[in-house]
Amino acid sequence: MATGIKDKVAIIGMGCSRFGERWDIGTDGLLAEAFDEALADAGIERSQIDAAWTGSCFDRINVGNSAIPAATALRLDGIPVSRLENMCATGTEALRGAAYAVASGAVDIALAVGAEKLKDTGYGGLPVQTKGTFNDLWLPMASAPAGFAQLAAGYRARHKIAKDDLKRAIGHVSWKSHQNGVQSPKAHLRKAVSMDAILGAPMIADPLGLFDCCGVSDGAAAAIVTTPDIARGLGKRDFVTIKAIQLSVSSGRESTTDRWDGSYVPNTRNAATRAYKEAGITDPRSQLSLIEVHDCFSITELVTMEDLFLSDEGRAVTDILDGVYDRDGRVPCQIDGGLKCFGHPIAASGLRMAYEIYTQLLQRAGGRQLKDVTLGLTHNLGGVPYLGVAAVSVLGLH
Amino acid sequence: MALGITAWGAYIPSQRLDRGAIAATHAWMAPALKGLARGRRAFCCWDEDVVTMAVEAARTCLGQRDRAEVREIQLVSTTAPFADLQSSAIVAVALRLGGTVRALDLGGSQRAGVAALAVGLERAAHPTLIIGSERPRARPASVQEMQYGAGAAAFLLGSDNIAAEIIGSSAATTLLVDHFRADGAAYDYFWEERWLRDEGYLKIGVAAVRAALADAKISASAVTKFIFPSPAGNVADAIARASGINAASIADPLAADGGFAGAAQSLLMLANTLDQASPGDVIVVAGFGQGCDVVVLRATDAVTAARPAQSLAKTLASGVTVQSYAQMASFYDELSPDWGMRSERDTKTALTEQYRSSDQINGFVAGKCASCGQVQFPQLAYCVNCHAPASSLAPVCLAEETARVLTFTADALTFHPSPPLYVGFAQFDVGARLLMEFVDVRPDTFEVGTRLSMRFRIKERDQTRGYYRYFWKAAPIN
Repeated sequence: MATGIKDKVAIIGMGCSRFGERWDIGTDGLLAEAFDEALADAGIERSQIDAAWTGSCFDRINVGNSAIPAATALRLDGIPVSRLENMCATGTEALRGAAYAVASGAVDIALAVGAEKLKDTGYGGLPVQTKGTFNDLWLPMASAPAGFAQLAAGYRARHKIAKDDLKRAIGHVSWKSHQNGVQSPKAHLRKAVSMDAILGAPMIADPLGLFDCCGVSDGAAAAIVTTPDIARGLGKRDFVTIKAIQLSVSSGRESTTDRWDGSYVPNTRNAATRAYKEAGITDPRSQLSLIEVHDCFSITELVTMEDLFLSDEGRAVTDILDGVYDRDGRVPCQIDGGLKCFGHPIAASGLRMAYEIYTQLLQRAGGRQLKDVTLGLTHNLGGVPYLGVAAVSVLGLH
Repeated sequence: MALGITAWGAYIPSQRLDRGAIAATHAWMAPALKGLARGRRAFCCWDEDVVTMAVEAARTCLGQRDRAEVREIQLVSTTAPFADLQSSAIVAVALRLGGTVRALDLGGSQRAGVAALAVGLERAAHPTLIIGSERPRARPASVQEMQYGAGAAAFLLGSDNIAAEIIGSSAATTLLVDHFRADGAAYDYFWEERWLRDEGYLKIGVAAVRAALADAKISASAVTKFIFPSPAGNVADAIARASGINAASIADPLAADGGFAGAAQSLLMLANTLDQASPGDVIVVAGFGQGCDVVVLRATDAVTAARPAQSLAKTLASGVTVQSYAQMASFYDELSPDWGMRSERDTKTALTEQYRSSDQINGFVAGKCASCGQVQFPQLAYCVNCHAPASSLAPVCLAEETARVLTFTADALTFHPSPPLYVGFAQFDVGARLLMEFVDVRPDTFEVGTRLSMRFRIKERDQTRGYYRYFWKAAPIN
């Protein structure tokens, strides 16, 4: 009977590059920025790393395919390095790979790192990709916001929410994150934005306006993991352990059968249920000190509050407008500004979220530090709500 | 075995442009176009062409019939998308006519539609589907830009329940070149209309009509409907007068809401005529170009019962006026707007994959699981619901099934030749569900729950290699 990885893996060092339009630096430089910080934080040498998992999503605008470019960029001499790609869950997947390696006893110290260079495309938004020779023959070539905007139609129909009410609630999601982003030195967007500006912005994919969409930026983040015993041996006293990492991937049920009504994301519910079980969480609303969720679009964050079982079904609109997820609310969400303010360099985002939870747990968050932080959650949603991958991790103090 | 017309159907694209808008655009250099600025012309959306219109006309024609009865398909056009790739084969697969159907492309002249009909009615040995489809292109500010439209008409020739039988025909072949278009050229080159009228229509045309009436052994006064199209739509009067045909019998040239559709025009007018025909009507239909073909038909008692579910008049009435001349010009490649870097996406088609999945993609065939009953698209190696192997999936064609909108959005970010892209889930009544493009959307009435029917359209235009690929999209049922 599997027992999970709760408290079997310690995070002893993390790093996060400055996110933004990094015209000054390539993917190798972004990787190094995160890696250097993580190494210094862990207090170890590069040579102590036994294995690495590196994530990148868009190979054509990054360093290229395989693990070789990252191994070369970070000069990881002769150790096993694996490259991962699982859309927006890539960063969390890298952490999962490294954590499983440590938990299994296969290695002592492992590195997880993810980087994405989105601003070498020449235009805003995500690069346009093929979906495979068969899928390209029939799947509409919709943009990412179009995939998520459909949640709004499904949610409104299911819960009989007026269009204007939903627009105001998702507007508050973005307003709150922009407020928080002001306190994040490494964020891309650090200006508060008024509700009027949010609600009046140009439409991207109805009902998502410009401010309902997260930023597009370059960035990297890294984690160094080991076992709690080795961490103590390295002189670590207060450290963060992984309580759970879980994934769920679409098998076609949402998009091919009538079992899904378009109003929520089944993958998030699956991953959250398993993560709560692995972490021993029975009441997430009271146990989670903060959450970093996948706010690629404001509507995604809204339904995620229900999919993580933090709001009752149909109540997320009210809870959001009541400030439940604001900085001073019951479960502060996106305390660093989230994808909204950091932007979403795909393979870096999951590790960037973990970086914020780690930073808050260790009381290092400066002006945005929350009180009494004991347990935090990260959530990624890759692909689209109906054909995608969700990752949920829980981190806490040991 | 005498064959007659047993079924018919027609299609004209839904988008319309006021001819006044065309004339106004060009008024600075072609002020005389204002004189032609009456009514609206039909034009194809970016994802419609000769193939897609042919499929739509044929679907209306075939209705609920068993498509296996069709043994031969002929597609007549001078504007087919490929010089060497059989359009009729694409249509046949989309219609699921079966792997042993004979497919044939015809064209080369605007007379070819009526010529094919004459040959089929006089010589076909088995049930034959004849489709005329045309998407003519006209140089901006030309007279033809004002006159042209687009559309397709399909006729099933068979021996049971004949709705219109052939009673006479004639042919004339000369080398009167009133216009031509060289291979690969974008536009027609025209000679003077007055010469065409005097030497062409009024001599060659009139003689051919008289010969056909003589062949049918009927007098001109017996003609109840007279179809003689021309781009300007104004020669039928003079030909009728010269031939002794009653002016009241002249068929609607479909100019007010459509326009001239080349080799398909005679057939479109014939479909419209049959939609309204009564038993005993005598219909003369002519096609002109390097001579003339004329067919004389008589409607039988079955003509009323044979009417298709969707009349051409209804299709014409459901047109939507587009305000922008630039939109039509862009769809016809007369204008190349800056679509931005997103449009640089490579749309190369893996022809091997297309062949493997042609039943699914072109025929829109889903699978119904014998174990659990789930209807699913696409069909993969295992049932999406109960995981039974693909061998358990029985074909279920979704093309004629109805669906409703489950989710949707208007995507203004993605590259789409007619933005925004309306996209979302179509939930079929038979249980299938898939993400689809929505077309012919009227934004003010499009909502979750809106009823949908399927359309065969261009999925991608690969500009780099000049390849078009096709798939089904969903349109609201108005």
